[in-house]
Amino acid sequence: MQQDYAGIGIFFLIAAVFPMIVLATAWLVRPKRPSPEKLSTYECGLETQGSTWVQFKISYFLYALIFVVFDVETVFLYPWAVRFSSLGLFAFVEMVIFIAILVIGLWYAWKEGALEWM
Amino acid sequence: MITLYHYLILGGFLFCIGLYGALAKRSAVAVLMGIELMLNAVNINLLAFNRFLNPGDVTGHVFAIFVIVVAAAEVAVGLALVINIYRDRMTTQLDDFDWLKW
Amino acid sequence: MTSTIIFWLIAIIIMGSALMVVLLRNIVHSALFLVVTFVGVSGLYVMLQADFLAAVQLLVYAGAIAILLVFGVMLTVRGDIKYSNLFNRHKFTAGVVSLGLFLLIERIILSSDLLISNKPALESTVGPIADALLTDYVIPFEAAAILLLVAMVGAILLARGEGKPQ
Repeated sequence: MQQDYAGIGIFFLIAAVFPMIVLATAWLVRPKRPSPEKLSTYECGLETQGSTWVQFKISYFLYALIFVVFDVETVFLYPWAVRFSSLGLFAFVEMVIFIAILVIGLWYAWKEGALEWM
Repeated sequence: MITLYHYLILGGFLFCIGLYGALAKRSAVAVLMGIELMLNAVNINLLAFNRFLNPGDVTGHVFAIFVIVVAAAEVAVGLALVINIYRDRMTTQLDDFDWLKW
Repeated sequence: MTSTIIFWLIAIIIMGSALMVVLLRNIVHSALFLVVTFVGVSGLYVMLQADFLAAVQLLVYAGAIAILLVFGVMLTVRGDIKYSNLFNRHKFTAGVVSLGLFLLIERIILSSDLLISNKPALESTVGPIADALLTDYVIPFEAAAILLLVAMVGAILLARGEGKPQ
């Protein structure tokens, strides 16, 4: 069973090493003659204003929050779905209660306008 | 040969790095990152004990799932608190959170 | 033999990236190394034959919690990002406390006599986890749903700043 993961490991390794090789090759081969004109953000176009790191809207956080909650819900849904036929009605009722509790949360988020772009 | 002791010491090391981050950092978000590292170390311990002491059962796995659920809830509420305080005080540095001192 | 090499590789990745999380001064880089740590821990779960938990680790920690932390950074960053993650004045005390705790934990682990079982590990853990969650651990299972509901409602309430104009 663990041997099946060797492919994933090799894939990870190649995915990590390949961009490094490409970037290193480019760094070795390219000519280095910097000038102020080249270092500006846009060579033609408007000058940028302010710093790159500005504060973002709160809506992003609310979306991420709801995503996390339903991401964790899938952790419980997946094993239940695997054993659905052998677990029977009792487990089905349990899962309905579980989902109903989280749907209350979704309803609250909807009502509060957390899903709208403000 | 990798034994249970290797996993436990790795878990202990990760826990202590997380503790150091939680104690020595100024930013509240960095402290939450340290706490996540500590919870991960606990999960490594739970799964290592399950694998080496009682491999025919999944008690450790179930416990680890509940730890993950609590970690998700903790980070959600923790960050919401940090954002709420940031709105009042315009800072996330923990040294400036001094309402309870006088 | 191969598994020994893989274990040490993963252990070095986990320890190195966890140290980077704590020691780097740019909080966005700390968050990126936190993702590396989570992926490394997921590899460790595969070594421990916990295939479902490895997937959950990637899905929840690397996929969701790290994103939430990065969004938290994006919403609260001020000033120069290069110095956004500095140490406080307890740097050395905290270092001594952490190192002392590590030495204590190591001493206790190495001096304890654990009853290693030689039974083979389960082929697949998803099915037994489902059986355990929906029969023996029903109450914690439903309590987890309530915890998630309360956390979600509370976090939305706090993050939106109730009673203040937007």
